[in-house]
Amino acid sequence: MQDWKGHKTAFAAIAAAPMAWLIGFFIIPLAMVWLYSFGRNIGLTEIDISGTFANYARALEPLYLEIFGKSVAVAALTTLICLIIGFPIALAITFAPEKWRPWMLLAIMLPFWTNLLIRTYALITVLRTNGYVNMSLGWFWEQASGLKVLVGLAPLPTWEPLPLLYNNFAVVLGLVYVHLPFMVLPLYAALDRLDKSLIEASLDLGAGHFRTITQIVAPLAGAGIISGVIITFVPALGAYLTPDLMGGPDSQMIANVIERQFKRANDWPFGAALSFLLMYATFMLIALQALRTRKAEARR
Amino acid sequence: MTEKQPVISIRNITKRFGNMVAVDDVSLDILEGEFFVLLGPSGCGKTTLLRMLAGFEMPSDGQILIGGQDMAGVAPNRRPVNMVFQSYAVFPHMSVTDNVAYGLKIAGLEKSEIRHRVDEALDLVSLGGLGTRMPDQLSGGQRQRAALARGLVMRPKVLLLDEPLSALDAKLRAQMQFELAELQDNVGITFVTVTHDQDEALSMASRIAVMNKGDIAQLAEPSDLYEHPANRFVADFIGSVNIFEGKLTVDEPEQAMVDCPELGRVFLNHGVTGAHETTVWVAIRPEKITMLPAGRAKAKDSPADTNIAQGQIKGMSYLGDVTIYDIRLDSGRSIRVSRPNLSRWDQEEFSWDDKVSLHWHPSSPVVLLS
Repeated sequence: MQDWKGHKTAFAAIAAAPMAWLIGFFIIPLAMVWLYSFGRNIGLTEIDISGTFANYARALEPLYLEIFGKSVAVAALTTLICLIIGFPIALAITFAPEKWRPWMLLAIMLPFWTNLLIRTYALITVLRTNGYVNMSLGWFWEQASGLKVLVGLAPLPTWEPLPLLYNNFAVVLGLVYVHLPFMVLPLYAALDRLDKSLIEASLDLGAGHFRTITQIVAPLAGAGIISGVIITFVPALGAYLTPDLMGGPDSQMIANVIERQFKRANDWPFGAALSFLLMYATFMLIALQALRTRKAEARR
Repeated sequence: MTEKQPVISIRNITKRFGNMVAVDDVSLDILEGEFFVLLGPSGCGKTTLLRMLAGFEMPSDGQILIGGQDMAGVAPNRRPVNMVFQSYAVFPHMSVTDNVAYGLKIAGLEKSEIRHRVDEALDLVSLGGLGTRMPDQLSGGQRQRAALARGLVMRPKVLLLDEPLSALDAKLRAQMQFELAELQDNVGITFVTVTHDQDEALSMASRIAVMNKGDIAQLAEPSDLYEHPANRFVADFIGSVNIFEGKLTVDEPEQAMVDCPELGRVFLNHGVTGAHETTVWVAIRPEKITMLPAGRAKAKDSPADTNIAQGQIKGMSYLGDVTIYDIRLDSGRSIRVSRPNLSRWDQEEFSWDDKVSLHWHPSSPVVLLS
């Protein structure tokens, strides 16, 4: 078995099934969609693949570019917030007593095992106009108002529930909530590998905790930060469900536009073009990261 | 000579991890300018004690004074000590110069002063000219020097070294032992080193605290530790030794005698302050025993109290400079004798199964009470 690489037929036999799967269910459908992107609708279900670039030209119109830009901005903001929240969480797990660590990691992973749709609706019940957040805030508001009356001041104006749903804020909040584990896990993996005596050495040389984190921990966890950023940013960029359910009329992202082309607008060629543009952008990002890693390795 | 001041006072320090007592009520003073070594087997609490000095562990009980100041509640970054880590902990993303300058920058020194002191420290550890190198471009020995320079440049009251030479190969380690001792002499900073390597401890230390199970087994100068061990643990841990149980039967100021069932009568030319007829242990170092072929016993010119034992060679290991012989005594016990190979030609003088007689001077055995 050691020299399985030498046995071409055995290798081929083992590789055949996954290859067939990959080709039949991924490469061919993807190629078809790719071909559609160079075609146009001629009937309700018929597409003429004429080799036109009209779909791409249309995708680059300001209307769609703006949505692209907005998607990038929302995904970037989501990633940034995830990083800001996720880094201390990862640090805390790294330095937690050994027996707690698996449970803390479990708590981070737990949401993964719950259906995204259910999690999103759960979040909606928390945030909606008469959801728990607004109810609690309203209660505090009333108590404060009552307190003011008690000491002889004018009461506060009537409580207006905060608009926590169906806007850009809700979309970012929802995306952060969904994508936080993607950030925490690679960060934790990087921090866990870090030689703890480097941190002690920094403290020993007179550095405070903040300086130790910014000058020693963060630079050395750089690879983990970058992979965390990428695996958060890429799915956030293509997010569909969260902006669809939690967003307002002006908070649609590129995936929502793509979905509309394929379904309601029944414009597969245009939807395909948008899809591939999104995919190219993602690939470029991953390629950049691969290039950077290779450079970093070459330096060693 | 002026009385040296203790730079570190450890007073009744105890450290517990859960139910485990790592350091058990230890008290000791470390003097200004000393090269102090904490020596012991792994798990004896020596590293925990060092980490409490650095501030990475808090004592469960007791008090640590550094420079006369109580260290309770003082964070590692506020202590007048610096540490050289076992793994060196040289920051891998910074050049050697940046590593050494790290602490000085934090201290807020002027740029020119930092450059001056970094250069000085690098020269001190013979790393001058390698300042621009990254740690992964350095050899193990050079990384260790960089770590040393990074600590020394801070001019701490005490430099703590955690197993500083354990990651180096044997040749380099021997060389660094000398260099470290010389360096310490030059800079005059108090060094406190933790090691499990007795050679390292004996060659570098001005004083050694041998630790066992969280307690100090003996605190003494290297030669005292070797020649006057306080108990069986120290005798056995430092160097190689033959230990025989016996009863103290004669105990006078100028002479003593111990009856060892497995060795016979052992005469000493000094008294032992121990209770008569109690169980004691006699320790004899292998190099302090003379071995002669059985026929050539010098019975005629030796007085009655000559120490002598008979046996047969059951094992030999040739180590180059010495040969270690494993002799089975008539009682069945084994005793170890080492013999320097003074000539290049006498390797064949003794062989397996040769009958030999063993002699040692009455000043050689050490009587241990515990």
